Amino acid sequence: MTDASTTAQTTTPTAVRPPSDTASGTRRAGPGDRRPTAVRPHGRRVRARVGSVLKHAGLIAFGFVMLYPLLWMLASSFKPNALIFREPGLIPTDIDLSNYTDGWNALLHPFSHYLINSALVVLGSLLGNLLSCSLAAYAFARLEFRGKRLWFAVMLMSIMLPIHVVIVPQYVLFSQLEWINTFLPLIVPKLLATDAFFIFLMVQFFRGIPRELDEAATLDGCNHLRIYLQIMLPLSMPALATTAIFTFIWTWNDFFSQLIFLTRPEMYTVPIALRTFVDSTGESSWGSLFAMSIVSLIPVFIAFLFGQKYLVKGIATTGIK
Amino acid sequence: MSVIQELSRGKQAGAVRKKGDGRWALLFLAPWFVGLALITAGPMGASLYLSFTDYDLLSAPEWVGLENYTRMFDDPRFLQSLGVTFTYVFVSVPLQLAAALGLALLLDKGMRGLALYRSVYYLPSLLGGSVAIAILWRQIFGADGLVNQVLALFGIQGQGWVSHPDYALGTLMALNVWTFGAPMVIFLAGLRQIPQMYYEAAAIDGASRWRQFRSITVPLLTPIIFFNLVLQLIEAFQSFTRAFVVSGGNGGPSDSTLLYTLYLYLKGFGSLDMGYASAMAWFLLLIIGGMTVVNFLASKYWVFYDD
Repeated sequence: MTDASTTAQTTTPTAVRPPSDTASGTRRAGPGDRRPTAVRPHGRRVRARVGSVLKHAGLIAFGFVMLYPLLWMLASSFKPNALIFREPGLIPTDIDLSNYTDGWNALLHPFSHYLINSALVVLGSLLGNLLSCSLAAYAFARLEFRGKRLWFAVMLMSIMLPIHVVIVPQYVLFSQLEWINTFLPLIVPKLLATDAFFIFLMVQFFRGIPRELDEAATLDGCNHLRIYLQIMLPLSMPALATTAIFTFIWTWNDFFSQLIFLTRPEMYTVPIALRTFVDSTGESSWGSLFAMSIVSLIPVFIAFLFGQKYLVKGIATTGIK
Repeated sequence: MSVIQELSRGKQAGAVRKKGDGRWALLFLAPWFVGLALITAGPMGASLYLSFTDYDLLSAPEWVGLENYTRMFDDPRFLQSLGVTFTYVFVSVPLQLAAALGLALLLDKGMRGLALYRSVYYLPSLLGGSVAIAILWRQIFGADGLVNQVLALFGIQGQGWVSHPDYALGTLMALNVWTFGAPMVIFLAGLRQIPQMYYEAAAIDGASRWRQFRSITVPLLTPIIFFNLVLQLIEAFQSFTRAFVVSGGNGGPSDSTLLYTLYLYLKGFGSLDMGYASAMAWFLLLIIGGMTVVNFLASKYWVFYDD
C-alpha cells in the first residue's frame, strides 16, 4: 500500500536476479524494472519499440472513437439544423450560434432559471452530505458504543438499497408536509446522512489518521467535538473533496427523484427541463437541444477536470461511480 | 478495501477502547439515526405494507393480501419488463466488465500517458447517466443519426435503431458498455496491489507471460472482478434515465426498452397504482438481494483471497 513497502518489494528480487536473465525481457517494462535496456538484443528492442507504438496508436484510436459522440455533439451544437443530419464530421462548414440563443429561450423560463435551480439543489446536498456524513463517520471510526457493529452493518447495507423501495412512502410523507415542488425532498435527506456511501468513504479515511493525534488532544483536554472539528476535518480534506465532487456530479445528473418531486415548471432543474425540451420539440430542433445538453454537461466536465485525482481515488477505494 | 469485503468479512471498526462513548455517539449519529428512521427504514416498512394494499394516493389504502404479487405474474407488460431487464443486465454487464478488464490490463504498469488514457476512458462513466447523453444517444441511433451517416459513408443503408423493436434495447446496452471506465479504474487499482515480486519470481522460474497472467494476475484479481460484478449488476438493474429519455417515457417501441424501473415508475406515478408499484419495488429488492446472495455463495468457488 505505502510507497516504502512497494519499493522494498521491487528492489530485493532485482538484486538476486541473474544479469543474463532474458525471460523477463519479454515482459512489459514495469516501474520496478531498472535493468539497463542495452543488455537486450537489438532486434528485440526494435520489436518492443514498434509494439509500444502500435499499442499507443490503438489506445488513442479507441479513445477517439469513444469520445467521438461527445465531440460530434459539441460540433453539431454550432451547426444549423439541416447540417446535423448530413455531416458526420467534426468541423462545421457553417457556424451558427443561434442554437444557443434559441435553446436558452425555448422553454417557459430562460435556461438560466433551471441552472440556478440545479445549483441550489446541489449546494444544499453538498452541505448536507459533508456535514452529516462526516459526523456519522467520526462515530463509526473513533467512538465506542453499544451495537456499533450492528449499526455499521446496517449503514453498509443501506448503501445497496434501491431507492424504489422507499420512494412511494417518501412521496406520501413529503406531500403531507407540502414539500412537493420544493427542493426540500431533495436536500433534507442529505442533511440526514442518507447517502451512506460517503459515510463509508470517510470512515475508511478517518481510520487512516493516527490515533496518537486524538489521544494527545484528549490529554490536552479536548472533547470529541473539538477533535472532530480541529483534527479530523482539517486532516480529511481529500475525503471531503471526494465527497463534494461526487455529490456535485450525482446531484447534477440525478433524474429519477427530481422527476418525481418537481412537477411545476418554475421548479424544474436542468435534467427535467431538458427532458421537457425533448418532448416539446420532438425531432425538429436538435441543434438547440444539443446546445442546451452541452450547457448542462459543462459543470460536470469542469468538476471532472479539477477533481480527477479525487474521483479516481474515490472510486478506487469504495467502488462508487 | 471495499464495501463488499467489509460485509463479507465482518471486520471490526477501529481499535477497542475501554471507556464507552455512548452519549457522544448519540450526538454524532443523531442526523443519521433520524434519517434512517424517517427516510430509509420507516418508508421501507411502509412500502412493504402498501405492497399488500390497493392504494391510489387519494383514498386510504385497502388491504388486498397477496393480490398485487399474483397480479404481477398475469401482467404481460410486467413479464415483458422483467425479460427486457434481464437481457439488458446479463448482456451488457459482462461486456462492460470485459472491456474494463481488457483496457485495465493494457494500461497497467506505469506506461507513458497512463493518466491521460485513464481520464479519457473514465469520462463517459461520469456523463453516461445524464439526460444530455440519453438525448445524444437518441439522435446518434436515430434514422438520420450519426451512426447511419457513418454507415452511409461505407454505402450501408442503416435504419432507425431506436425506433426498431429488435434494436432499441441494443442501443441502451451500448450506452452501458460505453461507461466501462469506472470499473476499469477499480481494476487498475487492483492490478497495482499485486506485488511485483510475484512476477519476478515467476520470471526466474521461466514462466511465460501468458502463464504469469493466468497464474498470478487472474487469481489475485478475482476479488476485484467479484466486487465489480456485484456492483455493476446492482446498478444495471436500476437503470432508468436512459430508457426513459430514449423511448420518450413509454418504454417503446412495442415495450422493447421497458426496463423494470421504468415500468415501476409508469405504474406508480403514471397510473397511481401505488400498491402495485410498491410490490414491484419489493420484488426488485428480492431479485437484487437474491442475486447478490447467489454471487456471494458462488464466490467461494472462484474468488481467491490472498490472506
